[in-house]
Amino acid sequence: MPGEPALEVRDLRKSFGRVEAVAGVSFRVGAGEIVGFLGPNGAGKTTTMRILAGIFPPTAGEVRVAGHDLVREPLACRRAVGYFPEYAPFYPDLGVQAYLGFVARMKRIARAAQAGAVARVLAACGLDGVAHRRIGALSKGYRQRVGLAQALLGEPPILLLDEPTIGLDPAQVVEMRELLAGLRGERTVFFSSHVLAEVAALCERVIVIARGRLVAEGGPGELARRLGGRRRIVLKVDGPPAEVAGALGAVPGVLTVEPAADGFVVEGASEAELARAVGEAVKQRGWTVLELRHETPGLEEIFLGLVRDGPHSA
Amino acid sequence: MTVVAVARKELALYFGSLFFYALAAVFLVLAGYRFYTNLGFFVLMGGTDVARGLWQYQLLDVQGLLLVLVPLLTMRLFAEERKLGTLELLWTYPVRDVEVVVGKFLACVAVVVLLVAATAVHPVILTRFYPVPPGPLVAGYGGLVLLGAAFVGCGLFVSALTESQLVAAAATYGILFFFWMVTWNEAALSEGSLRLLLPLSLFDRFYPFARGAIDTRDVAYLVLFTLACLAFTLFALDTRRWRGLR
Repeated sequence: MPGEPALEVRDLRKSFGRVEAVAGVSFRVGAGEIVGFLGPNGAGKTTTMRILAGIFPPTAGEVRVAGHDLVREPLACRRAVGYFPEYAPFYPDLGVQAYLGFVARMKRIARAAQAGAVARVLAACGLDGVAHRRIGALSKGYRQRVGLAQALLGEPPILLLDEPTIGLDPAQVVEMRELLAGLRGERTVFFSSHVLAEVAALCERVIVIARGRLVAEGGPGELARRLGGRRRIVLKVDGPPAEVAGALGAVPGVLTVEPAADGFVVEGASEAELARAVGEAVKQRGWTVLELRHETPGLEEIFLGLVRDGPHSA
Repeated sequence: MTVVAVARKELALYFGSLFFYALAAVFLVLAGYRFYTNLGFFVLMGGTDVARGLWQYQLLDVQGLLLVLVPLLTMRLFAEERKLGTLELLWTYPVRDVEVVVGKFLACVAVVVLLVAATAVHPVILTRFYPVPPGPLVAGYGGLVLLGAAFVGCGLFVSALTESQLVAAAATYGILFFFWMVTWNEAALSEGSLRLLLPLSLFDRFYPFARGAIDTRDVAYLVLFTLACLAFTLFALDTRRWRGLR
């Protein structure tokens, strides 16, 4: 269906008893997009993912997956989705190939196409060498690959990946990231993470939730600009540190002064004014500015700011 | 067929686990021992009616062994998958709950049938020495399969309620023993409640089969009991899902 978003979520809510894990989240993911789903632990990411994957229904709200209503046409939705759960679960006593064969049958792949489909995901996920090993005997990195292989099996147009790199060592994280990057343009990928570097590296768009609510949405760069109210400079001055800190704190427009390894980090409302005001204050006291540079906040900080301060209007 | 896929996977897990072979060995050795002693008793008493004098006791013994065996076979069916987290993956595939439930049920029944069928070696051995009328045996083995299926249904349902295999096995024993003991102390029950409870006893339903008789009411009861268990299983899975429990 051209023009139809791959995922469409409207006012999604999910309560577990009295706890509202997802409290009215709305967003869209276009076909072919790679979108990151960010939030701290306990923000409602996994709950949202599980609902999208069809594991349990929402308490309220509307979810459409590949144009199908999740509650009314659950099987059509599941057919369009490959889901990779956090901590990829597995049957320890099954072999890799036997397990993927089982998944192929569960995904209703035509009998004649099953062997080919399994061989393709084995190759794509670098599992050829361990196809006949018991999953329980594999390393964590390989088990994650088995998890990804079962999601990719049957070439579903939408991939939902819940924390695909959690628990992997740095080399394995890079491998997984390359695997995901290889899917760009072929599939819609919606993946959750609390590691911002990963999201920044892979995604065109980021959706941030905290405490069950959407707090921001946009490209990584756009989010940085949106938080741009605060400016920051790093300053090195040849004066007594305690006095310098006091003097900087007294400059109009300065909000915070914090000592850093190579000087001070000064935050204020406006970048240009801040640099001038700080420079003049230092000169007045007879000290010299050894270094002055501007710093743009990284995604990590934007994220922390969003999560701390609550929603920023889109 | 996803039902077949689920059943195949379950069978692969059964036949790939040492626990299954240990259980099967215990079951078959004890069944063999009971056959040996029952035969000895039959010969000692100078019995002539092999159906009433031998098979009745042997089949009742196998029934008792099934009661011990089946909860240990069913406990893992849903509880293990829930503990591993693989159950929630199953729900992301385009399959209906009923296909998963029926697949698991059929796999476990197949295992029970296989083990029960292995005990048929006893009458086969006996035919070499003594005439064995096949009719009562067919009825008896048919009854064992129906009873075994009912046990599996009960165990499957309980397994769908928990993620602990031990809890699943213990609760299944509790329920099956209740259905066994419910009519033991007839004198302590009023006539009215006895009349109410008697038809409920799974084991009283098996007794006619052991004696070589097939009563359609017994067949219907065992089949209905099993179907009710499967329906409860579906209901339990659905309820947990709506509550957002894994």
